Amino acid sequence: MEETLIASPETGSTRKMTLNMGPQHPSTHGVLRIVLELDGETILTAAPDIGYLHTGIEKEFEAKFYAQGTPLTDRVDYLANLSNNLCYALTVERLLGLEIPARANYTRVLMAELTRLNSHLVWLGTHALDIGAMSMFFYCMREREDILRIFEMFSGQRMMTSYIRIGGLALDHPRGGLDTIRKFIDAFPSKVDEYENLLDQNPIWKNRTQGVGYIPLDDMLDLGVTGPMIRAAGLAWDIRKSEPYSGYELFDFDIPTRQEGDVYARYQVRMDEMRQSARIITQALDGMPEGPFKAEAPKVMLPDREKMKTQMEALIYHFKIVTEGFAVPKGEAYVAVESPRGELAYYIVSDGGSKPYRVHMRTPSFGNLQALPAMVEGGLIADSIAGLGSMDFVLGDVDR
Amino acid sequence: MDYFLVSLIKIVVVFGAFMTTLAYLQWVERKVLAHIQLRLGPQRVGPHGLLQPLADVIKLATKEGVIPANVNTFFYILAPFIAVSLALISIAVIPFGPAIELFGVRTNLELTSLNIGVLLILAISSVGVYGIALGGWASNNKYSLMGGLRSSAQMISYELPMAIALATPLLVLNTLDLRQIAERQGGGWFWNWTAFSAPPLLFIAFVVFLISAFAETNRVPFDLPEAENELVAGFHTEYSSLAFAGFFMAEYANMVTITCVATTIFLGGWHPPFPAPYSNYVPTALFWFFGAILLFHGLTQPARRWDRFTFPIFGVLSLGLGAIFLGATFFPVVGQILFPVFWFVAKVGLLLFIFIWVRGTLPRFRYDQLMRFTWTFLFPVALGCLLLTGLKVALFG
Repeated sequence: MEETLIASPETGSTRKMTLNMGPQHPSTHGVLRIVLELDGETILTAAPDIGYLHTGIEKEFEAKFYAQGTPLTDRVDYLANLSNNLCYALTVERLLGLEIPARANYTRVLMAELTRLNSHLVWLGTHALDIGAMSMFFYCMREREDILRIFEMFSGQRMMTSYIRIGGLALDHPRGGLDTIRKFIDAFPSKVDEYENLLDQNPIWKNRTQGVGYIPLDDMLDLGVTGPMIRAAGLAWDIRKSEPYSGYELFDFDIPTRQEGDVYARYQVRMDEMRQSARIITQALDGMPEGPFKAEAPKVMLPDREKMKTQMEALIYHFKIVTEGFAVPKGEAYVAVESPRGELAYYIVSDGGSKPYRVHMRTPSFGNLQALPAMVEGGLIADSIAGLGSMDFVLGDVDR
Repeated sequence: MDYFLVSLIKIVVVFGAFMTTLAYLQWVERKVLAHIQLRLGPQRVGPHGLLQPLADVIKLATKEGVIPANVNTFFYILAPFIAVSLALISIAVIPFGPAIELFGVRTNLELTSLNIGVLLILAISSVGVYGIALGGWASNNKYSLMGGLRSSAQMISYELPMAIALATPLLVLNTLDLRQIAERQGGGWFWNWTAFSAPPLLFIAFVVFLISAFAETNRVPFDLPEAENELVAGFHTEYSSLAFAGFFMAEYANMVTITCVATTIFLGGWHPPFPAPYSNYVPTALFWFFGAILLFHGLTQPARRWDRFTFPIFGVLSLGLGAIFLGATFFPVVGQILFPVFWFVAKVGLLLFIFIWVRGTLPRFRYDQLMRFTWTFLFPVALGCLLLTGLKVALFG
């Protein structure tokens, strides 16, 4: 690194300047540090430095019962908590071999898609803010607030919902919950039109995003990039279609793709995804079946409060599950879901006890962030900001 | 002696009004932006946050002024002074109204009558960038340095189209004296104003000037030197306390000055958009309309608890202002000051609103895109405008 120092009597007339962007910087979305080597405003090399938000969540799982792991998953990717809930629940359920009732599956899809809207709205607001369109942020937050209210209605929490539990859901729907969602989702596509009105044809927006942050598709595949980024480069890769889970195969939706692979294409893909999510939510609302919201598995699922007060066995099971947890058969499982950011997967190894032996997450933000140097090197500082925004990473998701 | 006293009074009045405008422009900007963005803006200090500028001044003045290590202290301290003093000078040559006669003294509604006012403004505005460039360079901060560099590059790009756009109406008006420029546009309807007088050439020049003005004042979409999402705070990253306030004030002072120049040269200065006896009722009508709305909302549907009191109070004030303007139609002594100043302020206010509106709407240019835009689009357009106007003047007089 010696030759990269700023010009000084010792280094002579070098033209390079090392700029330490972050961990405190308005546009790194959290605590990402990027060491940029600059020639004027052109980026020669970029080295992302992660780990400032390392929380040790993966290790933490090993000290907790399986059921106690759900709240941890909320905190990994705090903008797509329900996707994480869902992925963790699916992985444990595969180990347990649980059968999930249809009502729970529909609600899971509903919630996962609302999470996608939530995450994409935050992305759009902050991305536009980074490029200088300040007002977009507030318009997006207006809709996000509605989604958070829905989450609060269903789970009692706005962000750390822990609503999707192993074996089903935490609670059944609240009174009027589905009506609230329908009211929101009927109005939502017009809101997306409103955002596009402000940005889609705006020449400054196009100038700042078109042809910026391009990565070839092959490089993306090598780097492990998934989600909207890879779909914007032309590959229709979506876990919801390729390996359907939670009954996604019952829903009718498209995978939006673009060929350009630049920031503008990613923007368009995400905007289309919001529309597709709205379609899925409408279908889930229309087809929502009646029935139980939890799997029928007395040794794993906590019994209803009503039964606990009348039946001896229910009380015993409740005591045993809460104090000792439930044993999970020996084995390992890897389940991937499509989180708003890309392919999210949990890999759980069980030694037959009530606590996991190892939990590993394949988080989309981490894979996507690997493409950062490939994306920004050779561009300008302003391009790196646009590129960073288009990756839509969450540092909690990167560092775990 | 008379001249000295009159000048002194004018300086006090103009300076007081200018400083108040700067302070409240910031309040207006926050309010307008807030309402664009579904927020309320300042609400806590005073009714509707009206004392917020005062609170900001007290906060900035009482803060510790930190001088970071290894800065070039001389230039570091000098830069905000350059920025703010140069930003405050130009207002001196702006005429706010016609020559008036008060208590037997005849004087112009401006601080100094220069016969080269336009040149002075151009000169001052090009030196103004030194404050930013020096501040960025002296701060010993890489972000500041890049902010300073960007502003220098930006200045080179927008200065030329701006000067050419400013020169275009001068071909028609044939003077460099801002007072004469304003006077020649008066006496009739708004199509006598420069911007509308030789359609569409001078209107294009006006738009080019306005776009360059956004760059000159470092406003969105050209706020590259302080692009906070890229350069943290750009050239003023390392500044705190009153030094920061200096840069802040300079930005707003530049905004007011440049809109005043645009009003004087392109929008007919203090002249109303249609002839005098009728245009004099416009302020009264506006203020009464505004007051009536405030009274209606405050008394019948207050959104917040205090609106029941604040809205009617401001409504009555507005009605009173309207009454003053109505009275002024009967007393020419007062009217000769009030009406020109009203129209001048109204036009400047409209342009300032456009500045704020754009900030709430548009994303930011990239540094090389700004240069490409100014050199390959703005500059040829301004030049073409100038040449065609010259041709027109040469052929048809």
